[in-house]
Amino acid sequence: MSNLSVDHLLGIKYLKKSDIDLIFKTADNFKKIINQPIKKVPSLRDITIANLFFENSTRTKLSFELAEKRLSADVINFASASSSVKKGETLLDTVNNILAMKVDIVVMRHPNPGASVFLSRNIDAKIVNAGDGAHEHPTQALLDAYSIREKYGKVEGKKVVIVGDILHSRVALSNIYCLQKLGAEVKVCGPSSLMPKHLDALGVEHFSNLKEALKWCDVANVLRIQLERQDVNYFPSLREYAMVYGIDKEVLDGLKEITIMHPGPINRGVELSSDVADSRHAIILDQVENGVAIRMAVLYLLAGKIKNK
Amino acid sequence: MIEERQILNQHDIEITIERLCQQLIENHNDFTDTVIIGVQPRGTFLSKRIITKLQTLIPSSPIQSGNVDISFYRDDLMRRDEPIVPEVMDMNLSVEGKNVVLIDDVLFTGRSIRSAIDALMAFGRPKSVELLTLIDRRFSRHLPIQPNYVGRTIDAIESERVIVEWKEINGKDRILMVKSEK
Repeated sequence: MSNLSVDHLLGIKYLKKSDIDLIFKTADNFKKIINQPIKKVPSLRDITIANLFFENSTRTKLSFELAEKRLSADVINFASASSSVKKGETLLDTVNNILAMKVDIVVMRHPNPGASVFLSRNIDAKIVNAGDGAHEHPTQALLDAYSIREKYGKVEGKKVVIVGDILHSRVALSNIYCLQKLGAEVKVCGPSSLMPKHLDALGVEHFSNLKEALKWCDVANVLRIQLERQDVNYFPSLREYAMVYGIDKEVLDGLKEITIMHPGPINRGVELSSDVADSRHAIILDQVENGVAIRMAVLYLLAGKIKNK
Repeated sequence: MIEERQILNQHDIEITIERLCQQLIENHNDFTDTVIIGVQPRGTFLSKRIITKLQTLIPSSPIQSGNVDISFYRDDLMRRDEPIVPEVMDMNLSVEGKNVVLIDDVLFTGRSIRSAIDALMAFGRPKSVELLTLIDRRFSRHLPIQPNYVGRTIDAIESERVIVEWKEINGKDRILMVKSEK
């Protein structure tokens, strides 16, 4: 078995299919580990990881922190709301200050697209992108594809539709890259005002009718409407969005059985109704469990590339 | 130049395994509170043989067993060039209060066994842990670990390698000592 072809996890775009397969295979092992009576392994003893969150996050941060602790790494947390970033410090200065404390791996979420790529070029630590603006969120895409693989045994040949706000979604872009590399067919669905201009370049078709999209797909990955990123009104009201693009039991009636995924947090009653979110079609909580295994695998494989420790 | 010497052939291995099984029966009677654990990857071949043999020797006693993967419990992740390839952690049992017999093919530095004991403890607190090994390379230990049951003791220097071949992967059972001159 080979090593990862990359030194950082900046985006799915930079990964080869063999890298994704290696991460999945390693995650299989970690999934067993996190279901053991004692879930902690000593693999990353003596590795220090900084979680730098320049943007709010609850579940991604918790998931990373849990993964790091289960691997026995030392963890330091940083949230921009309570830091000198507010006092005008640059990103590079902030990070270099943290690295001076001998940090080996940096997990970063940042509002600017490309922030993690910038960091990887300027500092000497392994970088894991935990979301950079509307660009990429690689670990989310990996855990989504991993959950599809777990449900169906493979990703290749599966039809996946991503529903919702594609324009502002880093989850959508990373998912498109990841699923396409693994041989799945990907299409998107949502109001035209929330579709990016570069869809054609990605080779992704757009459904404007939800029912048609659901009829076509095996898996629907439903995204939240990111009101906090929308600077203008892209649709008249949330209520109207829910009526046209919200998935409830009625929409699913009469269709073949499909799998519903959601990266969370769910806005119940908007993109998903409660009866769908809590139904056996939904694998939303499996996604959360798989998230820890995937993040353990990524950190473990990157740590294996640190030499002369 | 590579010099190769056979230490045990298929017949020798069979006899050795039978003797090891008799020794195990002497200490563990009907195996009610005993669990046999193979160390992944290569210890599992030996452990499978031992279990099969035990079942023919004492057919009335069911043998509880598992295989432990030590990849994530090793101490050399950042010190090696080759990546560690994880194997399956096949432990659908608890070792709480059990007498565990750990099984590996070659005992060399003792580091794998240290990791295996660590991994084992994730599945409960065993009453005791013993070690069975087909080949004991004494004088090569980095840690204070000694086997309880030994197939054959070998004196080998660092540059010599002991290779255990199993029918399942190499076509036949035999043990070789390989000496490479640099």
